[in-house]
Amino acid sequence: MKKPVQYLFYMLALGVITTSCAKQPATRTTADTLPVTAPAPTQDTSGSARTAAPAASVAGRGEADSKKPATAKFVPPSESAIPKNEFGESVLLGKKIFMNTQQYAKRYVGNGLNCANCHLDNGRKTDSAPIWAAYVLYPAYRAKTGQIDTIQSRIQGCFMYSMNGTAPAFDSKEMTALVTYHYWLASGAPTRVKMTGQGFLQLPKPAKSPDLARGEDVFKNNCVICHGANGEGTKAASGEYAFPPLWGKDSFNWGAGMHRIDTAAGFIKVNMPYGRFGTLSDQEAWDVALFMNSHERPGDPRFKDSLEATRDKNHDENCLYGRTPGQLAALLEKKAAKKAEADKAKARESDDKASKERTTPLWDGYSPATAH
Amino acid sequence: MRAVSIYVWAVAMTIGASTTVAGPATGDVAAAACTSCHGKDGAGNAEAGFPALAQLPHKYFIKQIADFKSGARTRTRDLHVGDSEASEGYGYYVSFMKSVAKALSAEDAEAAARYFEGLERPTLVPVAADPAVIARGKQLAVNGDWDREIPPCFKCHAVDGRGVAPSFPPISGQHAAYTERQLQAWKTGSRTNDPQKLMKATAEKLTDDEIRSVAAYLATLGTQSQGGGK
Repeated sequence: MKKPVQYLFYMLALGVITTSCAKQPATRTTADTLPVTAPAPTQDTSGSARTAAPAASVAGRGEADSKKPATAKFVPPSESAIPKNEFGESVLLGKKIFMNTQQYAKRYVGNGLNCANCHLDNGRKTDSAPIWAAYVLYPAYRAKTGQIDTIQSRIQGCFMYSMNGTAPAFDSKEMTALVTYHYWLASGAPTRVKMTGQGFLQLPKPAKSPDLARGEDVFKNNCVICHGANGEGTKAASGEYAFPPLWGKDSFNWGAGMHRIDTAAGFIKVNMPYGRFGTLSDQEAWDVALFMNSHERPGDPRFKDSLEATRDKNHDENCLYGRTPGQLAALLEKKAAKKAEADKAKARESDDKASKERTTPLWDGYSPATAH
Repeated sequence: MRAVSIYVWAVAMTIGASTTVAGPATGDVAAAACTSCHGKDGAGNAEAGFPALAQLPHKYFIKQIADFKSGARTRTRDLHVGDSEASEGYGYYVSFMKSVAKALSAEDAEAAARYFEGLERPTLVPVAADPAVIARGKQLAVNGDWDREIPPCFKCHAVDGRGVAPSFPPISGQHAAYTERQLQAWKTGSRTNDPQKLMKATAEKLTDDEIRSVAAYLATLGTQSQGGGK
């Protein structure tokens, strides 16, 4: 941590962050782009084959989490089940927008991404912020926006932050189609239930503080082949990105959920490297998430007054907005030490009943994104 | 298959002989050495099991030649009499390509790579195939099977399998037998030069039936591949 090279890294990282934020226009409204970061259960891979008929059953996860609300194991309907009528046409348009946002919602997109870049399997995949699981959680109060968000305003957030663009109006044809696609994928799902695989995996904190140099190694060995040596993504001959840019002007901005190191680590652990899912260790996922999110990207649209003011208002210790990696590492270590101490004290004074209560009660007033 | 064997070995001898006698081959000669089997149009030869090479990304092409030469493309193991790989399977083709690659200089490989990259992906003659098989292959290629963590082919090899240079070759318009042989080779561990074991990881999850289906489907997409384009 004290090598001169690493200090150089930190300075460079701070430099790019500052630059990106300084470029920001003044305020925009707050909404949210955050791929849902609520406490998520660990991945359930015992999926059954997709069936034409949607099926949902409410079931406990059988783990030591009986205190959590019941979660539902859910299989979204198969494509062949899309009705051949006006409704079905809207579902299909929604799917097209979702898969190829660049083309079908072009005027709302300010970078090189598509919805499906983060929501794998066209919004179906568990632990990849599946949109059927998001759909049933709204309307909900979100700390990020300080208001009750509907699925529409939630989707608007995606466009403003993850897509670094502008929000489609509630009554635009794009919004209608996207909501219809969400709704159809959630066919038969219970509402107001946090479903298995919702959001991204909440990866336990790593044994060692995430480290840039280790992260860079992970990146070189696993990510470059698709995302390029500089995270710039790779374009197909058609000129469209075949593999999305991870930072830089065509990537998500500093307000997107994926700029958070914890969110990115959870996403990466389950969904990357593409095709060799789940092969990185937790530590590697954290390290490479830190590395990815130490780079320059489009600024936070919520920028107001100063970097520090924007950071203090909108960003916590899970990202590098307005912080050097060194400062972040120190913060995390301090926090971890504090937590360890608290846990110890707790364990000492109480029986195992208390120690099992690690998870914040989710019900009622559960908010899909508690931070930013 | 026996006739083909004799044919390919004869070509190998010819390439070897020509480079020995005439000294270092020029790029054109090298490209000619390749086209004698893979066709001037880079369409390959379905019957003989030679893959289409048109539009292979330059870097991918060079890597394959190097890997044939060094043996990195295949697991090292002794082939024995009666081993299907020794007669007509993956190992057989690799041994043949090894001798070809050894006869090529770096300059030859470079010229051949440029030549094939610049070709249009040819239209293949449609092969009669069971529509149900094609449909199954299409489902895998387009959507994968996420319950088994099988990603869609087209996610990495681009829409319609046109490929993404430099590392992901076009897979559409490839002869079904060739695609099937490669997938099987990855699955069984015979082919080992895929970067980061990406193809091994995927092929291992496919059943033999799925491999046949997806290979058959990809072969039907015989046109307009653009993956190797500059």
